[in-house]
Amino acid sequence: MTTPLFEARNISKSYGNYRALDDVSISVERGSVFGLLGPNGAGKTSLIRIINQITAPDSGTLFFDGKPMEPAHVARIGYLPEERGLYKKMEVGEQCLYLARLRGLDKHEAKRRLRIWFEKFEMQSWWNKKVEELSKGMAQKVQFVVTVLHEPELLIFDEPFSGFDPVNAAIIRDEILSLSQKGATIIFSTHRMETVEELCDSIALINKSKKILDGKVRDIQNQFRTNTFEMEFRGNMLSFTTALWTGFELLERFTDGDHCRVRLKMLGNNTVNNLFNAVMPVCEIKSFREVIPTMNEIFIRNVQEPA
Amino acid sequence: MGKIGLIIQREYLTRVRKRSFIIMTILGPLLMAGFAIVPVWLASANETIRSVLVLDETGVVESQLNSNPSIQFSYIRSSIEEAKKRLANPDVYALVYIPKGQDDNLIVTQRSIKLYSREQVSLNVKIYIENQIEKQFERAMLKANGVDKDLVASIEKTIQVTIQNVPLEQEGNKDVSNDVEVSTVLGAVAGGLIYFFIFLFGSQVMRGVIEEKTNRIVEVIISSVKPFQLMMGKIIGIALVGLTQFLLWVVLTAGLYTAFLNTVVKEKYSAEKIEMLMQKSPDGTAVDDIDQMIENQMMVERINSINWALIIPCFIFYFLGGYLLYGAMFAAVGGAVDNDSDTQQFVLPITIPLIFSFIMAQTVLNDPTGVMARWLSIIPLTSPIVMMVRLPFQVPVWELVLSMVMLVLGFILTTWLAGKIYRTGILMYGKRVTWKEMGRWLRY
Repeated sequence: MTTPLFEARNISKSYGNYRALDDVSISVERGSVFGLLGPNGAGKTSLIRIINQITAPDSGTLFFDGKPMEPAHVARIGYLPEERGLYKKMEVGEQCLYLARLRGLDKHEAKRRLRIWFEKFEMQSWWNKKVEELSKGMAQKVQFVVTVLHEPELLIFDEPFSGFDPVNAAIIRDEILSLSQKGATIIFSTHRMETVEELCDSIALINKSKKILDGKVRDIQNQFRTNTFEMEFRGNMLSFTTALWTGFELLERFTDGDHCRVRLKMLGNNTVNNLFNAVMPVCEIKSFREVIPTMNEIFIRNVQEPA
Repeated sequence: MGKIGLIIQREYLTRVRKRSFIIMTILGPLLMAGFAIVPVWLASANETIRSVLVLDETGVVESQLNSNPSIQFSYIRSSIEEAKKRLANPDVYALVYIPKGQDDNLIVTQRSIKLYSREQVSLNVKIYIENQIEKQFERAMLKANGVDKDLVASIEKTIQVTIQNVPLEQEGNKDVSNDVEVSTVLGAVAGGLIYFFIFLFGSQVMRGVIEEKTNRIVEVIISSVKPFQLMMGKIIGIALVGLTQFLLWVVLTAGLYTAFLNTVVKEKYSAEKIEMLMQKSPDGTAVDDIDQMIENQMMVERINSINWALIIPCFIFYFLGGYLLYGAMFAAVGGAVDNDSDTQQFVLPITIPLIFSFIMAQTVLNDPTGVMARWLSIIPLTSPIVMMVRLPFQVPVWELVLSMVMLVLGFILTTWLAGKIYRTGILMYGKRVTWKEMGRWLRY
């Protein structure tokens, strides 16, 4: 296995008596999209700030590209914080240059790349405008450009979609995907679970300062399978339920004329074949699939369970 | 360029390019010149001639009262009732009535002199008239006691005592001025400027920090640089703005001053003109002009004789030191609060020592070597203002060095503490911070 691009081992952080992170470890594979999930106040932003070396952990170690994290690594990381903004009185171009140079780009290179991005987003005419003259969506595009301008290997987005309208959110999502396809590694934290299934390869779930779950999205979903199946058939619901006998638990049923849909759970050692054998005589099976829990369900279940 | 250099550059350039900076830079010296010129101009514009009637029944003043440009004495002989009626004439400002006493006793008479007027006369008019009359009474008394009044007059003219204060340390050093008046003015101006600069630029630091917080850009920046670098970059950048402003003021003021010397003073009192005045002087008319000229030249000499080589570097040191000390505290407050309106409770304790030292400047001016002055000029919170006030009055070297060292230690300490509050505070949003909480941040 290749070394992960980023790794945090046994990170703890306290603010006074409040423990923000308790022995949290994560590992982010190169080129993957990593979701950092958790309810409000779980410690996601604390962890992200530690990854960005904004704050130092009380204990634990960080590794970037196999080496202990050091300040020079910020040039290889791009960060879009949850609380983000720009200097309102400063001109867009000048501000982009300033922020790019703080990230370690030299002036000419920064200018060259900015020109490319400004063309791509069709915002060349904004260069000499003050930020306060831009709309919110425009300002967010500028922030995005500044985050990715130095072509970082690791991109960190904290709640990237919060405060975006659906159109801009889609633009940003597409950009994140295209950066990922170009080989960037991405960590992002979000509440929007549907985007997690769509974008993330792996996740870590943090609740009450502790990591309670992590792994590849598919593995996690498999892990939380409840042996539940959904079947659609044509036939009589009553004879169907009678045929089920005691080997299967009927969870839900819908009928629409002779068109029926049910959710059931296998009991004991029963297999799908047993089920088919039992019901085939009484109905015509239209479709059958296993019900995989959504990330949203997994999230809610794990967060609500007493840790 | 290092990252902190970039921050300093941004902080400096965005401020120096502001229209308000340019306006302040031009307006500053003009305002200061205005403060110096306007009162003089107003006073001279106000010099209407006031006609004061004198009804002297004793004959003591003998038409001898000296008129000055604003008070013109004229003498009348009539009854007091007649004289009072003349006050109805608006051209007459006041009436001095010296009644004849019962037995020509001047000591009794001097207490019964009246000054009639339509309305209250101004204090300096009253004092002037009193002085003039007093002089004549003195002469009359001298004469009555057999002293020759011409002899007295000539003695009075010859004797002009001027005291020169020579502190022992400075004995034999001709260059050093020990002019109390000039030192007082200079001390007050220097102290006032420091006070003004610390307030002006310190609160700029605070507003800059709050701006970054409310704009939500601070987290973007501190993911590239350390919070301490951002704080110091801002403080140093604004310090350079302050220095630039000050130096521009010095240059502009010096320019105005030399221009004034070259045109007005030289023109009026060139060597030829002095000679011309000297030749005309036998009749006495030019004496006043020469007096005026000598006075002006002395003023120029007094200004030029101040130890600017000590005062200006010290001013810059105390400005920077005081500003760094207070600027760090202002930055901490800016980092801790969410918006301008929450700053009050934290700003007040910072400004109290500043305001206190400004108020104490008066006491220090009155007694520049007193215990109060010594202590306040060594404690870092008050020393930037108080030491600048004391400096023109010759401060022992060891006190100056101690005060400077204390100030450096002081701002290292406040910067260190402020850095701790700042780095926690800038990442806190939407929370009303208490003193207790800020104290806790120091331990994070």
